[in-house]
Amino acid sequence: MTMSEPQFDDLYREIILDHFRRPRNRGALPSPTQHAEGMNPVCGDSIELDLLLHAGAIDAIAFDGQGCAISQSSASLLTERLKGRTIEEARRVLEMFRAMLIDGALPDRELGDLEAFEGVAKLPARVKCALLSWNVLQEGLDQAGASATPPATAATAAPGGKS
Amino acid sequence: MFDVKRLQQDFPILHQEVNGHRLVYLDNAATTQKPRQVIEKLVYYYEHDNANIHRGIHALAVRATDQYEAVRGKVANLIGASNPQDIVFTRNTTESINLIARTWGDANIGVGDEIVLTVMEHHSNIVPWQLLARRKGATLRYINTSDDGVLDIDELRRTVGPRTKLVSVTHVSNVIATINPIADIAAIAHAAGALLLVDGAQAAPHMPVDVSQLGCDLYAFSSHKMLGPTGVGVLWAKPGFLQETEPFLGGGEMISLVKPDSSTWADVPHKFEAGTPNIADVIAFGAAIDYLQDLTMAAVREHEMEITGLAMDRLRSIDGLVIHGPPRSEDRGGAVSFALEGIHPHDVSTIVDSYGVAIRAGHHCAQLLMRRLGVPATSRASFAIYNDSDDVDVLIEALHHAQRLFANDDVRTAV
Repeated sequence: MTMSEPQFDDLYREIILDHFRRPRNRGALPSPTQHAEGMNPVCGDSIELDLLLHAGAIDAIAFDGQGCAISQSSASLLTERLKGRTIEEARRVLEMFRAMLIDGALPDRELGDLEAFEGVAKLPARVKCALLSWNVLQEGLDQAGASATPPATAATAAPGGKS
Repeated sequence: MFDVKRLQQDFPILHQEVNGHRLVYLDNAATTQKPRQVIEKLVYYYEHDNANIHRGIHALAVRATDQYEAVRGKVANLIGASNPQDIVFTRNTTESINLIARTWGDANIGVGDEIVLTVMEHHSNIVPWQLLARRKGATLRYINTSDDGVLDIDELRRTVGPRTKLVSVTHVSNVIATINPIADIAAIAHAAGALLLVDGAQAAPHMPVDVSQLGCDLYAFSSHKMLGPTGVGVLWAKPGFLQETEPFLGGGEMISLVKPDSSTWADVPHKFEAGTPNIADVIAFGAAIDYLQDLTMAAVREHEMEITGLAMDRLRSIDGLVIHGPPRSEDRGGAVSFALEGIHPHDVSTIVDSYGVAIRAGHHCAQLLMRRLGVPATSRASFAIYNDSDDVDVLIEALHHAQRLFANDDVRTAV
């Protein structure tokens, strides 16, 4: 090295690079109950998410997509963190992840490996990369909520773990 | 040629650290930095001469008016326009193009007429014509490029025909830096009786431009990409054009006589400058033109071609790096878009930013060109008069670091 080590290499922590190089749960589910997709038009990052929801839990989850290391590893870590978990927990983790990135909240222990994205909060231009798969997740969960819940109670069911 | 190290002293913003490193500013195609001569002119104007122009009798109004109008003359001189009255000040290149779409376009484009564009246009030279085409039932036609990003002139020749009312092309691509053969395009457009508008946003700042030699009918560019302030654009029109064209915005400054139901228009160019214009920034833009002309545009071009050529040679030495656009620096402007295998442009941009290097990543407001290149986005380093080989060294070092970071082994043991 001819120069001093750059300051925020910890943005690209090894776990982020590892999930970018070797994404977990990548592909499509044979028979998902939900499918959602999203895109960041500015950079062309795209994420598709398949969910197999059963009895209030995420029995199976898979993603596909292309884009930067932050967006793709975030999706990979999302699937790893939420596979086999309840929808309620998924919504809770979703809000914690958003709080860390958008409000700069300290990572909650419940986030687990997802705390690796804490450094992204310092780079406003990249926050949307980390959030892409989570916005897609919300859409998938909201679809499920909308189709499973009778219209009369949909309003109370929709906010999920938010309150 | 000029002494780059000495010239860097004129740019206060360059003398700072970003993320613990000297700022290396390579996002000049987005906007350039400003020399202290421009900044001081802006401050001086507000501290000494500020007044509204064209209507006051008092001393300050006269001083402000004289300085504002003198810049029109400087712009005319810069681009070889025979008459300063053919130059309209707008907010930016985008507004210059929209002005034409809304005035000449609305009056002259009808159902079935064709507007010919290229796939390398900035969105600002696409969307105004889409809006116009939708209003009038006209059709847009797009000319493709070769794999090297060179415009297909044969396709242009085949496409431009009796239905073509307008050809609108960029002089220099903001992404791949292709320099388009405007004189040839003008001949093709004019043979079909079509008008030629040229988006000069990436050309006027970086090379000698002479509208009388180019043969175009309309030429648009922005102050902020050529050392001047933001908020000032230029529209040049061929002699007589503005006189025959209806006004764009209505209001003060642009009228001669106002009656209850109708008005008569002020002479050109004031007919197109409704309301109080951006007086201070136009005057400071004059200082930017002086700065460039003191260097001479030929020397600006020579320096930028040299530094771009050097950067391209060094970039090519990086394994897995591909440069988009024309391969020779003689055939292109100072923007170098590239792809680094396995690393998304946004990751490249973030990593080089940690070295204090400002480059752009994204679609560069040119989604049609991204589609033609078959990429979602590119990384773009773009050079200006104050960039030198030290800047290129830091860029290359930062890109090597990005590659090490994304290589398979743990970077912290590899570095």
